[in-house]
Amino acid sequence: MARTLINAPSTALRGQVIEVRATIGHPMETGFRPGNSGELLPRNIIQRFSCRYNGVEVFNAELFSAISANPYIAFFVRAQDSGTLVLRWDGDNGFTQSESVALTVTG
Amino acid sequence: MKHTAALVGWCLAASAMAQTAASVDSRRSGFDFMGPSTQAMQKDDTLNPAMLWVGDGQALWQQAVGNSSKACTSCHAQASNSMKGVAARYPAFDERTQRPITLSQRINQCRQHHQQAAPFKSESQALLSLESYVGLQSRGMPLAPPVDARLDAPRQRGEVRFQQQLGQLNLSCAQCHTSNAGGKLGSALIPQAHPQGYPVYRLEWQAMGSLQRRLRNCMTGVRAEPFAYGAQELVELELYLTTRAQGMPSETPAVRP
Repeated sequence: MARTLINAPSTALRGQVIEVRATIGHPMETGFRPGNSGELLPRNIIQRFSCRYNGVEVFNAELFSAISANPYIAFFVRAQDSGTLVLRWDGDNGFTQSESVALTVTG
Repeated sequence: MKHTAALVGWCLAASAMAQTAASVDSRRSGFDFMGPSTQAMQKDDTLNPAMLWVGDGQALWQQAVGNSSKACTSCHAQASNSMKGVAARYPAFDERTQRPITLSQRINQCRQHHQQAAPFKSESQALLSLESYVGLQSRGMPLAPPVDARLDAPRQRGEVRFQQQLGQLNLSCAQCHTSNAGGKLGSALIPQAHPQGYPVYRLEWQAMGSLQRRLRNCMTGVRAEPFAYGAQELVELELYLTTRAQGMPSETPAVRP
C-alpha cells in the first residue's frame, strides 16, 4: 500500500466546481537509470490515474517516465450529487491503488 | 497607573530592542532563496510531499515494536504535547554515550534501550518518517540549541570544520555559505545554510533526506570524501549550524529545491 495525501472538500453546493488534490508516494523509476551494478533499473511507474464520481469517470491522466517521484495531481470536478469520488492509480508490476472520498452535495 | 506606565515603557524598550536585533540580523532562511512555486509547496501541507513521511511517522509512533512491545506513545503519549519543541533542541548532549547526538540518533537509542528493538538504518524511510513527525511538532518554534558547557568543545570543533577548506576543490562551507551566500553556484542560488527544515523533502532527491545527507552532498560536491552517516564530525557540524541559526523558526518538514 502506497501512502497517499488527498485533499478534497467534504461538502459542496450543487453545481459548484471543487478542486481535488492527490499525491501518492511512488518511486516513479524511469527505466533509464543504471543501478549500482551498472545495469538499468527496471521501469516502475504509475501509468494511469483516474477519478470516478459515482461510477462515472470524470478525470484521467496518463503518466510517463518523465514524471517525478511522488506525483501530485490536481483537477477540478463539478459537484452534482452526493456520493463518492474514487481515485485510482495503476502502474507497472500490477501496481494498483484506490482511495475513496465522500462528498455531500447540498442545495 | 504608575505600574501601567512602567509596563508600557518596558514594552516600548523591549520592542525597540527587538527592532534593532531584527535590523542587525541578516540571517535568511533557505525558504527566502526559493522560487514562489517551491515556497507554495512548503506552505501548504496538502501540497507538501514531506507530509507523506509525516503520515508514516505518525503511524510508527503508535506501533508497538521490539521485545518490550512498547510503542513511542506508550511512554511519550501524544506527540503533539510531549514532542513540542524537542526537535528544536537537538543535537543535544547524551549522558549515555557522553557526546552530542542528533535527533535521529536519539530516536534509535529509544528504540534500542527502551523498546528493545533493532535500530533503524541511517536514512531509512522509517527513521526519516519518525524524525519528520517529531520535527513537525516544533514547527514555527525558534531553534534553541541547549546551553550546556559539555557541548562547547564539540560546537567549536564544528565551527572549525565549517571554516576548514577540503576536497579537490579546496573549499570550506564558509566560503560559499557565509562569504558568497546569495550568489550563484552554476544556476543554483547559494543559501546561508541554516538547518531549519530538516529532514527536508528535496526536489533534487525526489525524497526526504536528513541534514547529514545534505552535508555529505556538499562534501561530494567539493570532491572530498564525505564522513559516514552518524560520524562525530557531522554531528559536531550540525551542532555548530544549529547554534549559528539559533532563534530562527523551525520549518520541518521543509521543501528545498
